[in-house]
Amino acid sequence: MKIYADNAATTKMSPAAIRAMMSCLEETYGNPSSLYALGQEAKETLEKARAAIAAVINAEPQEIIITSGGSEADNQALRSAALAGKKKGKTHLISTAFEHHAVLHTLKKLEDEGFAVTLLPVHENGLVRLEEVAAAIREDTCLVSVMTANNEIGTVQPIGEIGALCREKGVTFHTDAVQAVGHLPLDVKAQQIDMLSASAHKFHGPKGVGFLYVRKGVPLTNLIEGGAQERGKRAGTENVAAAVSMAAALKETAGSMAETEARLRPLRDRLIAGLGEIPHSALNGDAVHRLPGNVNFCFEGIEGESLLLLLDDRGICASSGSACTSGSLDPSHVLLAIGRVHDVAHGSLRLTLGEDATEEQVDYIIQNVKEVVEYLRSFSPIWRDLTSGKAAFIL
Amino acid sequence: MALYSEKVMEHFRHPRNVGVIEDASGVGEVGNAKCGDIMKMYLKIEDDTVVDAKFETFGCGSAIASSSMATELIIGKPLSDVAKLTNKAVAEALDGLPAYKMHCSVLAEEAIQSALEDYYGKHPEKRPQA
Repeated sequence: MKIYADNAATTKMSPAAIRAMMSCLEETYGNPSSLYALGQEAKETLEKARAAIAAVINAEPQEIIITSGGSEADNQALRSAALAGKKKGKTHLISTAFEHHAVLHTLKKLEDEGFAVTLLPVHENGLVRLEEVAAAIREDTCLVSVMTANNEIGTVQPIGEIGALCREKGVTFHTDAVQAVGHLPLDVKAQQIDMLSASAHKFHGPKGVGFLYVRKGVPLTNLIEGGAQERGKRAGTENVAAAVSMAAALKETAGSMAETEARLRPLRDRLIAGLGEIPHSALNGDAVHRLPGNVNFCFEGIEGESLLLLLDDRGICASSGSACTSGSLDPSHVLLAIGRVHDVAHGSLRLTLGEDATEEQVDYIIQNVKEVVEYLRSFSPIWRDLTSGKAAFIL
Repeated sequence: MALYSEKVMEHFRHPRNVGVIEDASGVGEVGNAKCGDIMKMYLKIEDDTVVDAKFETFGCGSAIASSSMATELIIGKPLSDVAKLTNKAVAEALDGLPAYKMHCSVLAEEAIQSALEDYYGKHPEKRPQA
């Protein structure tokens, strides 16, 4: 059995997205800035795509800037808010400890440049507390950035409440919604979001394209200088085919959001229950406030990379927050932020189900994870120490 | 392009000499759980020769493969040879490791040297004179 259970890493492009891209590449290849019909046709195609994207999050078309992806959108959002704040003498930024690196590393840069950064805790359940956001806001705060849904543990934050709070306090509110767009209902007006980042390949669109929503009136700074494309806020000839493909993918994914959620939630909970039967294991992040397809566990006494390789041999694609898979000595900053100690965080497994997941696949995953964990524990010196009483179990 | 060589994957999927030697002559444990790698090496030594070796490893694919390969390289070898085993020899026998995984072969070398030290600690008369 082949199961792709790493949809938080990327998704397979939908046939509609591929068709939209191909048709654009073959026929609508003009430069949208050209004045002849072929160019204007490309312009029109691009603007239709922009309008379709805007509609999904209840934004206006001119509030959508097409970017190269979620990371660029995050970078531009944070830098723009920081610069706008600085002009008013406001140099304090608030975010959370478990943001994506596109946000955290940009904040680190801004800190080096003289800004003050507060990273809010996300607690054991992986949720930000509204009262802690409120308490962190200062006179000189120019931005609050809280991700809609976490990419590793899938916890969904109270975005609407944070949006209302920020609007009331007059602080710009950005949300990295890369994992949420197309999968959770989002309404930038109702949720009072000022800026929102998204990436097409997380909702069956192509890689290398995403968008930044910026509410009308919120100042934006360029990362890329040049021509007047994207309202002069993002130079470079537009990747029309990618934008059109992104719009097609988003329309389709968002269009079936409710059915997908209704189908995935029970499968996710079945997977959580099944993996929870493994002794000395624990679910990471809140069980209820989480993305419909996200499951993330820690298994004590084993290391994540060997787990992934053996699951790959059995046809299961998954990911882990172990140091070996992160390319650094430390395990996932997300798992550390929810209080998992290093020893346990190394033994993590993230499974993110796709829309087409079945009960049979979920049962196959449960069976195989159980077998592989048991096998790896059978020759783990840590497991020996734990079971012989030499060391105390953490989970 | 796969993450690891075929040899690494083969040793990872079918590790040799996994387990424990109850009456081991020397035992060495290196690494720590914080970093995500622990290797425990058990040696059975007779007549200044490693007659058996077993390992337990908590770690990534290359850590498990390095432990497995290291045991294969030392079983049947005189202690004078075992003392000279380097991490490079382990990595080469595995047809190479990615640069950021070389520390796994270092752990294997250290686990063996640590087990040897344990043995010499119990049998100081066996320690070669410098």
